[in-house]
Amino acid sequence: MPRITVTKTPKCYVGGAFIRSESGRVKALHDTKGEFFANIPLCTRKDLRNAVEAAAKAGPGWAKRTAYNRGQILYRLAEMLEARSAEMAAALSVSGSSAAEVPTAVDRLIHYAGWADKYEQMLGNVNPVASPHFNFTVTEPMGVVGVIAPSESPLLALVSLIAPVITSGNTVVALASDTAPYPSIILGEMLATSDLPGGVVNLLTSERKELIPTFATHAHLRAIVGVADAAEREAIRKGAADSVKRVRLRAKEEPVDWYSAKLHGLYEIRDTLEFKTTWHPIGA
Amino acid sequence: MPTATKSRPKSNRELIFGDLWEYDPAPETADPKLKSRYDLFINGQFVKPKRGKYMPSINPGNEVKLADIAVADQDDVNAAYAAAKKASDGVWGKMSGLERGKYIYRIARLLQDRAREFAVAETMDGGKPIKESRDFDVPMAAAHFFYHAGWADKLEYVAPGREVKPHGVVGQVIPWNFPLLMLAWKLAPALAMGNTIVIKPAETTSITALKLAEIFQEADLPPGVVNIVSGEGPTGAAVMNHPTASKVAFTGSTEVGKIIMRALAGTEKKMTMELGGKAANIVFDDAPLDQAVEGIINGIFFNQGHVCCAGSRLLVQESVADAVLEKLKRRITVLRVGDPLDKNTDVGAINSKEQWNRIDELVKSGVKEGADLHQSACKLPPKGYYYRPTLFSGVSMSHQIAREEIFGPVLSILTFRTVDEAVEKANNTAYGLSAGVWTDKGSRILKMSTELKAGVVWANTYNKFDPTSPFGGYKESGFGREGGRQGLLDYCKVV
Repeated sequence: MPRITVTKTPKCYVGGAFIRSESGRVKALHDTKGEFFANIPLCTRKDLRNAVEAAAKAGPGWAKRTAYNRGQILYRLAEMLEARSAEMAAALSVSGSSAAEVPTAVDRLIHYAGWADKYEQMLGNVNPVASPHFNFTVTEPMGVVGVIAPSESPLLALVSLIAPVITSGNTVVALASDTAPYPSIILGEMLATSDLPGGVVNLLTSERKELIPTFATHAHLRAIVGVADAAEREAIRKGAADSVKRVRLRAKEEPVDWYSAKLHGLYEIRDTLEFKTTWHPIGA
Repeated sequence: MPTATKSRPKSNRELIFGDLWEYDPAPETADPKLKSRYDLFINGQFVKPKRGKYMPSINPGNEVKLADIAVADQDDVNAAYAAAKKASDGVWGKMSGLERGKYIYRIARLLQDRAREFAVAETMDGGKPIKESRDFDVPMAAAHFFYHAGWADKLEYVAPGREVKPHGVVGQVIPWNFPLLMLAWKLAPALAMGNTIVIKPAETTSITALKLAEIFQEADLPPGVVNIVSGEGPTGAAVMNHPTASKVAFTGSTEVGKIIMRALAGTEKKMTMELGGKAANIVFDDAPLDQAVEGIINGIFFNQGHVCCAGSRLLVQESVADAVLEKLKRRITVLRVGDPLDKNTDVGAINSKEQWNRIDELVKSGVKEGADLHQSACKLPPKGYYYRPTLFSGVSMSHQIAREEIFGPVLSILTFRTVDEAVEKANNTAYGLSAGVWTDKGSRILKMSTELKAGVVWANTYNKFDPTSPFGGYKESGFGREGGRQGLLDYCKVV
């Protein structure tokens, strides 16, 4: 008689812990053959607010880590993903996504791991002002950033969107793919073992229409990045105006080649940075 | 804080001459070469507004009308955008960066040639002291053109590793506090990056913008590259909302910035917002107090306090609070308030009656909420919109005068005990444009500059600006930077 396997209960990774939705709601996930696979948490606005709180709490500590340390932690995350490639490939196959996403996602993490202690030298500078002052511009993370992942490329797009944001010391509340949420559950398990402090990345699974309005208006989210359709973009930008939130959205109508390395790097890190300029007199 | 009742320590004795030797008037007499009527500048020509509507521009220093200014309506704005689009597609977008740069250099040089004329015009139109328009606004405007001109042929260095392209046509709306300088801040980087422009100056201060259009003609700038549409709120809305603009840049209040963001939410227009501020100017007990007092005075009374980054919340460490207040009270009595054209004037006229009323309303709220008012007893001219330099001591974080941007010569003074409390109070605002720190301790400066959530931090100085130095805010003070390398990227697409 074959052994009965132990199935996993999918839980979202929030505040360094694995949670079910506070609402107790789930959505049944079926595999490509239409068979029941598992129940995925259907997170609510309250879950989102809790996640923002966790991200805000983790923020100052993460931003104060040295760039070298943040780089090593991102590298460690790549190690976790590489080592558990088969598991992630299986998670991707549940909803028919390509296993090829895994090595590219690993490579993307390595790419950003290397940027952690370099972007500042590319983006900040000393300014030659025409007065006796020492004047320099440095970057700072914005704070808590909302990430809206597209439906497609449930691992690669999610990683490509999150990595540049946390590289500079921001913390993230992300809404994973609505149609293929399972890889984000597994990614959460890898984040938990990657030395990334709890709360730096928080991954929620839910319906887009349920959470996007709260992403738009939550005043503690200082920026929103990701992929959205025209109606979602308008809703996010309208809500963002209330707290002058930064919005960097790709249009869902214009497909992105997530495999291409060309569109990922320094300027995606820059999207969630503030620039601070300090003046000091030069004198006795 | 009952400091008002304390007597001055004997060691601070000073000579008081009273009115014994009054300053003689020292008016700047250069001819501002004003026209009695200013038309719109569209497609390289001065054109009458289609509806024939004009608004008066008042000299706030004496309430005399200076000129009639054209009011652009939707049709005029459409014509301006059509000209900008044509110039973008036909000339400016195709021109080599080197050639584009030469035009911008010409503008810088021609403005320097006519600097005194522009300074007088700026002071008459806006009310700022001539020493500021002469020594700051106009030379700094020229410097912005000169700096950015040199970027025009170096676009490949703006975003190393990627290619940049101009947006095409840019729509811009600017405020009345630095009419010519804000115009330069907006135009110079946009032009250098290869964009063409439709810009609206503020309704009370359009004259120097339209005088600059004369320089564009002298510089032979191709028609349509810069189009200036004067007018009021509806003109500004038409400029921001026009479908031809692929990028808009706005400097003004946070309230209007949010309205623009909502109005453009359904479009893919790129935005830069330079909005309000309520900057903390923080004085520690080890600061050189006399220098700090000069910095505080400059921070709040520069340009009558009509400065988005004005140091309007003074945070003083408790142990030196009494001493700093005494010095400030004395210092405001010797500020010369009056005729903006007088070369000895420190504080000129409030830009408009409307703004004067808003300042006065907020000052009354400060008195009502229980803060202690200290005002200079100076004589004010009989005509014109003048406001006494004003200090409030005993202010708490909940007071309206500590939360809202006053945009006038009014300083709210609060105290703190520890570094952490200073940071907490400074950051406890929706704004995040600028901050000041005064201390002799280098490590504390660097700690404060790291902790303060503000786009510009002035340490042992205040209100310094430079074309090479990026300026712009955190939080509800807006996004995007103006000036420096960082400002350039807001005027091009990274592809």
